[in-house]
Amino acid sequence: MNETAPAETGFFAEEMTISVGPQHPSTHGVLRFVVKTDGEVINEAIPDVGYLHRSIEKIGEKVTWHGYVPYTDRADYLAAMFANQVFCLAAEKLGGVEVTRRGEFCRVIACELNRIASHLISVGTFGQDIGAMTPFVHALRERETINNLMEEICGARLTYNYIRIGGVGYDILPETCARIAAFLDHFEPIVDEFNRLLSGNKIFIERLAGVAVVSKEDALSYNLVGPNLRGSGIKWDIRRDIPYSVYPELEFEVPVGTGHVGTVGDSYDRYWVRIRELGESCNILRQCLKMMPKGPAIAKVARKFKPPAGECYARVEAPRGDMGFYVVADGSEYPYRVRIRTGSFTAMAIIDKLSKGIMVADLIALIGSLDVDAPEIDR
Amino acid sequence: MKPLINSLPETVFTTKVDDLLNWGRASSQWYMLFGLACCAIELMQTGGPRADLDRFGAVPRATPRQSDLMIVAGTLTYKMAKRTKLLYDQMPDPKYVISMGSCSNCGGLFQLAYSVCKGVDKIVPVDVYVPGCPPRPEALTEGLLRIQDKMMHERWLVKPSRPAEDAAQA
Amino acid sequence: MDAKEIYARLEKQFPGKVSDFKGDVSEPYLIVDAESIIEVCLFLRDQPGLLFEVLSDLTAVDWPKVEQIQVVYHLFSYSQKHQIVLKVNLPRDNPKVATAEEVWKVANWFEREVYDLFGVIFEGHSDLRRIMLPEDWVGHPLRKDYVEQEEYDGMSTQRAPLVEKLLR
Repeated sequence: MNETAPAETGFFAEEMTISVGPQHPSTHGVLRFVVKTDGEVINEAIPDVGYLHRSIEKIGEKVTWHGYVPYTDRADYLAAMFANQVFCLAAEKLGGVEVTRRGEFCRVIACELNRIASHLISVGTFGQDIGAMTPFVHALRERETINNLMEEICGARLTYNYIRIGGVGYDILPETCARIAAFLDHFEPIVDEFNRLLSGNKIFIERLAGVAVVSKEDALSYNLVGPNLRGSGIKWDIRRDIPYSVYPELEFEVPVGTGHVGTVGDSYDRYWVRIRELGESCNILRQCLKMMPKGPAIAKVARKFKPPAGECYARVEAPRGDMGFYVVADGSEYPYRVRIRTGSFTAMAIIDKLSKGIMVADLIALIGSLDVDAPEIDR
Repeated sequence: MKPLINSLPETVFTTKVDDLLNWGRASSQWYMLFGLACCAIELMQTGGPRADLDRFGAVPRATPRQSDLMIVAGTLTYKMAKRTKLLYDQMPDPKYVISMGSCSNCGGLFQLAYSVCKGVDKIVPVDVYVPGCPPRPEALTEGLLRIQDKMMHERWLVKPSRPAEDAAQA
Repeated sequence: MDAKEIYARLEKQFPGKVSDFKGDVSEPYLIVDAESIIEVCLFLRDQPGLLFEVLSDLTAVDWPKVEQIQVVYHLFSYSQKHQIVLKVNLPRDNPKVATAEEVWKVANWFEREVYDLFGVIFEGHSDLRRIMLPEDWVGHPLRKDYVEQEEYDGMSTQRAPLVEKLLR
């Protein structure tokens, strides 16, 4: 469908350089693509990032360990719990702090709720970029319930600052647990609603099947992570393969793209992995609510947290893939260097290669299927 | 021909026409989707099912040329600042700006950052500041209602009685 | 394979070019000479038993007290499930090292970011230009001695505290 080069059709069109973004409803934040096209078929699409570079890494050298946790929220605001968690994991590894067991379960509950919220936005905006407006509004409606639950847990709707060094900021009350269970009962049939609206939709499948296929070698060489990697057929999930927290005690499946409507590694596969992960997160939440022990929610950590000099690399499975924090400490109460490595940064690197020869509308579908997120790229 | 704007005496007829024009404009503020960062997600949620902005007549437009309200939602960096000014210039008059969230009010929690512009009012004139990090949908709705109040008090046909009012409208 | 064995194999293959192995930390690392980093990376990627297919991270740390900028490579292997960290020490006033773009394609973007924020020149890079900051930015911000400029493009970088405004 996109093999007609201009020469074959006999229609001469000049190549023009247009700029998609930075203000654009479907670039998932402020991203800019310099697109060289003849009007429909792209010759080259060069990403231009940095419009949201908020120097979060430099700020890490100027604030204390405890004080840096709100900044990690903004490193990826759709998956704020995960960014909090990975920084706290790194600080705990450096300082030798052991998290309480109830704190671990509270962390997993908060993170999996955040994963559902993030995948809802990702799937909803993906549908909207393709042209389907309805699933987006349904996703926002479900997300409002999750925002209410988050507000009960930690007081904020979007930038939580909940997971602290040593545990979590506030305990989860039994009433909240009951409401989470009621939400899960309500939400699991909604995933079927999404499947009816989007996944089984003939137009959706035709737009995405076989578009922008990422082979296994490319996925490894370009270091794609998360659902992008699993969509290409590689079964790798940090929660299963380098487990942290209480994930070894929980049972869940790792969905992988199988190419059942097109080729393995096309845009539909990456989307399908996210839909399956919504169901798996519900499963994990139910197990956690059953297994949660009693006890303190946070361990005793010094107010002036001063870990000994050293360095550490901690990683978690965020919704957009493996988020890693490389933290260097020099024994003072400020970190020496904080480096945030996110999944969307490497996903941008592959867009230049994948976009040669596809149409402009396919570029938008490609960006949506890779689920890139401006704050993760620019930090 | 003498222009009609701001030239007529203040009578019952002209003030009522002014009120009608302002009511029409205030009830259909089309805002440009200028979501930069976290506040953009709360902007989307405000346009969503629960705190619905559409019931005030405010629909999102993708392009500045069709919008009369710019909601700057999120952190403004220096790299983005030039484009913000360009987008503001592309909007047709009369235009308004809501600065949503602490990052666009004053730089927010990024005071120590080297690449963040400390406040969008260094670049464009702001009408309403909505505090919060991010502001709740109810807070943004209040900001929209304040812009409506501002619009209802403007004068189009009537000659302004004080010179200061003329400057305020420019 | 654990980190000590990886180091032993590297020492056998590249005598004198790898050194300072630290194995008792949570992420064992070793120092590599700047001239031979690329052949070490190719060896680590292709040798059966090592097979580091993935470059997890490429970043830098500024150590002004010893006048060095240290470029850090985190390598990971999905098939063998092991990891290793390589570090290259570069002189602070003229940091130059060869690009790892041919080994792992993702290094293209990582190296552009390190160039932008630290000023490290990667020789052989296909497109070394600033990625996060505007093209006309002066200075490399993540260095420890970076001083913020007074204004950029007509906008001042400071904001007067509210107390001053009230007192006026």
